[in-house]
Amino acid sequence: MSGIRVLVGTRKGAFVLTSDAKRERWNVSAPLFAGWEIYHLKGSPADPNRLYASQSSSWFGQIIQRSDDGGTTWHQPGTPPGEPTTTPDGMPKGESNKFVYDTSSETGKPLTTHQWYDGTPHPWEFKRVWHLEPSLHDPDTVYAGVEDAALFRSTDGGQTWQELPGLRGHGSGASWAPGAGGMCLHTILLDPSNPNRIFTAISSAGAFRTNDAGKTWQPINRGLHSLYIPNPTAEVGHCVHRIAMNRSRPGVLFMQKHWDVMRSDNAGESWQEISGNLPTDFGFAIDVHAHEPETIYVVPIKSDAEHFPPDGKLRVYRSRTGGNEWEPLTKGLPQSDCYVNVLRDAMAVDSLDKCGVYFGTTGGQVYASADAGDSWAPIVRDLPPVVSVEVQTLP
Amino acid sequence: MIRVTLPAHLRKLAHVEGEVKLDVDGQVTQRSVLDALEVRYPMLRGTIRDHVTQRRRAFVRFFACGEDLSHEPPDALLPDAVAKGAQPFMIVGAIAGG
Repeated sequence: MSGIRVLVGTRKGAFVLTSDAKRERWNVSAPLFAGWEIYHLKGSPADPNRLYASQSSSWFGQIIQRSDDGGTTWHQPGTPPGEPTTTPDGMPKGESNKFVYDTSSETGKPLTTHQWYDGTPHPWEFKRVWHLEPSLHDPDTVYAGVEDAALFRSTDGGQTWQELPGLRGHGSGASWAPGAGGMCLHTILLDPSNPNRIFTAISSAGAFRTNDAGKTWQPINRGLHSLYIPNPTAEVGHCVHRIAMNRSRPGVLFMQKHWDVMRSDNAGESWQEISGNLPTDFGFAIDVHAHEPETIYVVPIKSDAEHFPPDGKLRVYRSRTGGNEWEPLTKGLPQSDCYVNVLRDAMAVDSLDKCGVYFGTTGGQVYASADAGDSWAPIVRDLPPVVSVEVQTLP
Repeated sequence: MIRVTLPAHLRKLAHVEGEVKLDVDGQVTQRSVLDALEVRYPMLRGTIRDHVTQRRRAFVRFFACGEDLSHEPPDALLPDAVAKGAQPFMIVGAIAGG
């Protein structure tokens, strides 16, 4: 019988929530990496027992953790406990937390600065990994979206990382500026139909696409309109919060922006607003039903100044028409005095029939719906603030 | 034998309990102690000082013999008591809430 594994990253550790396919009774693990910020965990589509986690702290920086047994045991790639940690010539086997920007003249234009909040040039400084995206086909290949915004890739199971410098070096990098949460590359979408096509999104630079496996990139922000930049329709500078796709239709993208919900039917060449009758089109998370590519989910947040649901009511909004027409989903969710946020990486879907939908809140709740959003129940209520939620549908 | 104390999070990463004891060749300085520590526990690379610049991370401090040595040059000799193992070289995370 198939099962579900929900990977939850929080401000104070990671948690693994498991259930059988009924999704009624859940086991909640003890905290993993307790006391550390876990921005993201994700499993390999090619090997569900291979998990990657981004562990970080202001004190001790970035750590990458890997599990090869579905989350039972973890180690820093290259330094498994009980095994030699160096090669015979004394070099470390793994430098899994070494993220060094590429400044070579051969592989990209050497980039030394982006814009700071005040518009002055600021040097690129690695702060943390926001998002880990394992390859669809190779468990040892994984992408990392980092702050300050850049894309890295490991092809040895996370032991070493190399930047794909064409993204920062494509031409607009020097004009990128951070959003309030930092200048983070938070979304990495791998196209199941075309291994050379990758979509990324950066706050607050915008969305970008490569058609050649990461060598060259182009901004894909036509149609976005942002009043917080000097030119509201500029090529870059838009604060994209999240992009989602249905794997069966990778040319259709849905975006939650810092104001505005958008869609593209041509792989990002142009975008149209689909906010429709949403009570507010500010928000962070967005996702797509696993089997119905025109069914999408958002969690409206009151405003950029007040990061909680309107009227104290936690409502997921679902559109079955690919946008514009939205219905509130409230059954099982608090409808009074609720002032939590749902962050950009904190919503996910499973691929069971019926599709399960999951999201976590800054109040420490993880809610699940086993009926595509019609009804909800908390899996757990009192975790630390939830940063990310990912779901694995296990065979 | 040099004694080094680590903050709890780093002890856990290194899979150690209590003090770490290290052999350091040559002069006993911050750099030589940290070099020896990272050879013995490669999982700590990047957590105390930057991979590339080798600068101490901002929220990490170095104490020994009742003194704050955080701003001493990395190649300055550590106190005799540390070099002889009478006192530990303390790697400390800044105290902060949250």
